[in-house]
Amino acid sequence: MGAESWIQIVYVLSALCFILALNWLSAVPTARRGVLTGVLGMALAVGGTLLNPGIVSYTWIAVAFVIGSVIGVPMAMMPMTAVPQRTALSHAFGALAAALVGTAEYFLRAGGAEMDRFTMGALAVEVILGFLTFTASLMAFGKLQEILPQRPITYRGQNLVNLGMPAAAVALAVWLVIHPGSHGLFLLMCGLALGFGVLLIVPIGGADMPTVISLLNAYAGLSAAAMGFVLNNKLLIIAGSLDGSSGLILSIIMCKAMNRSFSNVLFGAFGQVTAAVAAGEQKSYRSASAEEAASILLNASSVMVVPGYGMAAAQAQHKVRELYDQLTRQGVNVKFAIHPVAGRMPGHMNVLLAEANIPYDALLDLEEANSELPQCDVALVIGANDVTNPAARHDKGSPIYGMPIIDTDKARTVMVIKRSMNPGFAGVDNELYTLDRTLMLFGDAKAFVADLIKEVDAQSGGRG
Amino acid sequence: MNTDLLISHLWVFLLATFVGLLVIRRVSPLLHTPLMSLTNAMSAIAVVGSLVVTGRQQSTLSTVLGTVAVTASMINIVGGYLITYRMLSMFRKGKQAK
Repeated sequence: MGAESWIQIVYVLSALCFILALNWLSAVPTARRGVLTGVLGMALAVGGTLLNPGIVSYTWIAVAFVIGSVIGVPMAMMPMTAVPQRTALSHAFGALAAALVGTAEYFLRAGGAEMDRFTMGALAVEVILGFLTFTASLMAFGKLQEILPQRPITYRGQNLVNLGMPAAAVALAVWLVIHPGSHGLFLLMCGLALGFGVLLIVPIGGADMPTVISLLNAYAGLSAAAMGFVLNNKLLIIAGSLDGSSGLILSIIMCKAMNRSFSNVLFGAFGQVTAAVAAGEQKSYRSASAEEAASILLNASSVMVVPGYGMAAAQAQHKVRELYDQLTRQGVNVKFAIHPVAGRMPGHMNVLLAEANIPYDALLDLEEANSELPQCDVALVIGANDVTNPAARHDKGSPIYGMPIIDTDKARTVMVIKRSMNPGFAGVDNELYTLDRTLMLFGDAKAFVADLIKEVDAQSGGRG
Repeated sequence: MNTDLLISHLWVFLLATFVGLLVIRRVSPLLHTPLMSLTNAMSAIAVVGSLVVTGRQQSTLSTVLGTVAVTASMINIVGGYLITYRMLSMFRKGKQAK
């Protein structure tokens, strides 16, 4: 058996590891085993590839390994609040690698002149998806890191540009399949993909980031799968399509959780459309102090906390944990209701609360939370807005109509920690705030929870 | 790539996507962030192509592009697996936390 056969056997084992890794990731008890299996799969893939007799020099590979590890380790040590932007950045790296390999392959094969049509077609898919995901992920990173403005930016003819650019890139790809030797057009296609990536994210607002990050995840995976077609490598096809299907499933879950379609997320520019609706008459609301709120919490037997991006932005998760500990010690049953799109990426709230040491069995998903809320004494909303708006259930005119929400209004008392009565990201008034059973707690999420902790402590006679 | 090869690749693509959809649909929403960082690390499988492009040293352009690609993939491999493991270590059950 030659080296090539051994490499293929190693690749088969590697693919097996990747599938098992995802299988074990499905539940918390086996999830860490899943990660380790994934590491083994990657080690096999890299090891097997290094046996390739075509590799004549290891110098640059070693250099790249060192630089990559030196950058990779600190990127893994970021705090959980920074996970969305870190993820966007790593989508960018993954896509860049695929796009650059595609470009190198194109110019290596005598400038593409000797390339057959299938290979050229796959290469075009790899390069277009790779480059557009690269710039789009960098833009998403910029918005999440707040280097770029978070709100959607729209201009006239935007949708025309955003449809025209990919159409032009695809037209060039078709031309290249017929005439692979047109170097200039290949570079133009790369340029279009890079430019389109930027423009694609310009109209996307922060609240849509979970969907967009999932979509970019899928693109990066598909780009790697296309690379497998170019290089005749089945391991690449398998790992790439696993990544692609994961991104696809997450995007679908995110879209369903917002009751919107892909095209609506990408071309809808949420914030703009709804700004006009927000200008309604001011309704009256009730507010309460930390002292009153603390006494309500202490007298409750069950409390449902509804966290949102505001909790992450205020870095309030550790204070929330302290409050959780105090109330739990006083015999209050505290749980957390996590909406699928709460935060800036899928599952964002769960990792934040897990980091703050809140046990994961206290974290409920949308359905679980909604079945418990009618029996809850208090729903405490911290930094969430649109996902709690009852208008989504009945107001057909509301831009969020039809979106599944957390039924906080079914709890006996609702308390909302919020900076002011200003509408949230989507610019939609939240009916929840003006209900009779709702108390507004005005202040910064972190500061207010800290006050609550002090009051709970004082009122429970220091036993909390 | 001839037609036979293309068709066999398409089979692999189809079946792998299907396996992916079945397996990933079962992942608890609790773990969606680790899922994304793990699949992200996996898509650094592009390293397989990058390594060959770099190591063949056929032209300066391909070696440079390959080296950048290996670096980018390596960042994702090291960073992706490490942060996923870190995240999962934070998930604790109720009794242990008290």
